[in-house]
Amino acid sequence: MNDGTKRARGARTGSVGRTFVLVLFGLLVLLPVLVVVLATFKPMNELFVNPLGWPKTFTLDNYKEMIMEQSIGKYFMNSVIVTVSTIFSILFFSTMLAYAIYRFGGWRGLTLYGLFAAGMMVPPQVNMIPIYELVSDMKLTNTRIGLIAVSIAVFMPVAVFILSGFLKSLPKEMIEAASMDGCGEWQAYFRIVLPLSMSSISASAIFLSVMVWNDLLFPLLFINSNDKKTLPLALLQFQGEFMTNFPMIFAGVILASAPIVLAYLFLQRYFVEGAIAGSVKG
Amino acid sequence: MKPGKSLYLFVLPGLLIYLVFFVYPTLQGLVLSFSRWDGVSEKTWIGLDNYRRMLTGDDIFGKAFTNNLKFMLSVVVFQTFLSLTLAILLFKNTRANIFFRSLYFFPTILSSVAVAFIWGFMYNPNVGVINNVLGKAGLNVLAHNWLGDPKIAIYSIAFAQIWAHTGQMIVVFVAGLQAIPHDLYEAAHLDGAGRWQAFRNVTWPLVAPAATIVAAYTTIQSFKAFDLIFALTGGGPVYSTEILSTYIYHTAFQGSEFGYAAAQSMGFMVIIAVITFGQFKLLRGNRVY
Repeated sequence: MNDGTKRARGARTGSVGRTFVLVLFGLLVLLPVLVVVLATFKPMNELFVNPLGWPKTFTLDNYKEMIMEQSIGKYFMNSVIVTVSTIFSILFFSTMLAYAIYRFGGWRGLTLYGLFAAGMMVPPQVNMIPIYELVSDMKLTNTRIGLIAVSIAVFMPVAVFILSGFLKSLPKEMIEAASMDGCGEWQAYFRIVLPLSMSSISASAIFLSVMVWNDLLFPLLFINSNDKKTLPLALLQFQGEFMTNFPMIFAGVILASAPIVLAYLFLQRYFVEGAIAGSVKG
Repeated sequence: MKPGKSLYLFVLPGLLIYLVFFVYPTLQGLVLSFSRWDGVSEKTWIGLDNYRRMLTGDDIFGKAFTNNLKFMLSVVVFQTFLSLTLAILLFKNTRANIFFRSLYFFPTILSSVAVAFIWGFMYNPNVGVINNVLGKAGLNVLAHNWLGDPKIAIYSIAFAQIWAHTGQMIVVFVAGLQAIPHDLYEAAHLDGAGRWQAFRNVTWPLVAPAATIVAAYTTIQSFKAFDLIFALTGGGPVYSTEILSTYIYHTAFQGSEFGYAAAQSMGFMVIIAVITFGQFKLLRGNRVY
């Protein structure tokens, strides 16, 4: 047997093994999700005898119950309000901060950057107690504004980190050229830097939206009245109330995850870019 | 162009909210850690009592720390290994590879609460999927009360964490691998290097910086697993899945001991700093540039 066929056979067994590993891990990812999606279309008594298979009695009652009786729409709106206000504020603040860090350079730029980068290393659980103390001193517990303010402060470092990392890659000459044209800082920021940073801003926006939309800790700390609860907190409450009514709770999980999953289908590139930038660059 | 004075206006609003709602509380936590406070009445200064109690008189703090280490080690080791392996298989941008990468990334966009519910169902001892499948395969002996058995519960949760976050680390590694110049592999191939040698001498030295970052990020992420554990077991049974963050929460909001919880937070912060620092030292050794 000559060397060529040996190598070809090696490559073929290699690729069979490779496909096997990839499909196996794919199934591991997909099957739990599939089982849960199928469960939402089964009546509860069926789930206990048929937890894995296709629904024998197909029903939409679980979704109906979640939407009509449990008014999940209300929690949905709360999550939308909190997420949208937090993300827009973060983008507003952090693009300006990143621009200033970039323009200052030197010790001032470094100090600012260091201050925010250090914030990324501190898990929010470390300061949840004093943050809770502050928010209750300010009489902001159980208010959306308190939750939003804390979320802005806690998640902003990530955006500053991503955006500064991106701006560092821009040639200084671009701003220099702007100054020749008599542009001030505001014009350089609005006309040149913002438009150039759009893809990086979108990546940060997506990455942070997922974090804020999914966050449990801070809503758990601050919100206790039903009309202000966000989705993760509401889901937890459903679990406490309905215990083993899995089909109904899962219908809630699906509805709560739907916006992010839909966004993922269409804006995948930004999800991946955000994930890479948020954990690596800077 | 010299930086203009107006730049201070750019800094002001963001910095202000960050200082008030993040930096100030972080420092305030230190003061709180020397006090006794039930969350309602006046605080009393008690000096080092909280720290003394944490270090000498609190078995659960030690247990939570041990659980954190078990959780961290299993997640960091398996997730880093798994994501690097899969990234090596998937780093070329073929259509199939891109499909697999997006599939694997999918769980990372779900909330930890959703992940907790999904795996709570998988692990459920009665209707749960895993025991059901084992039963159908005639492997009833392997069936466990995955979250109810204090010996294995923390590892069951670690598995859910790995399930949820491996995809994110794959894309980070893929980005690192794609940055390696193709010439290096060709040169290695011409020199007669096999696959393993190419990995050992080309891929690994160049991907090590990414591995450092992934390991550090995963470590921090594993310490942050509050949401997942809180929604899945709440720390039980008998503290077997209690980690530092859930214990801090319980100390404050169930035990009404906010001062003591603040001292625990300080201990938590020191632990994270030491581990992160050690990790960077350790993995820096692999860097070639």
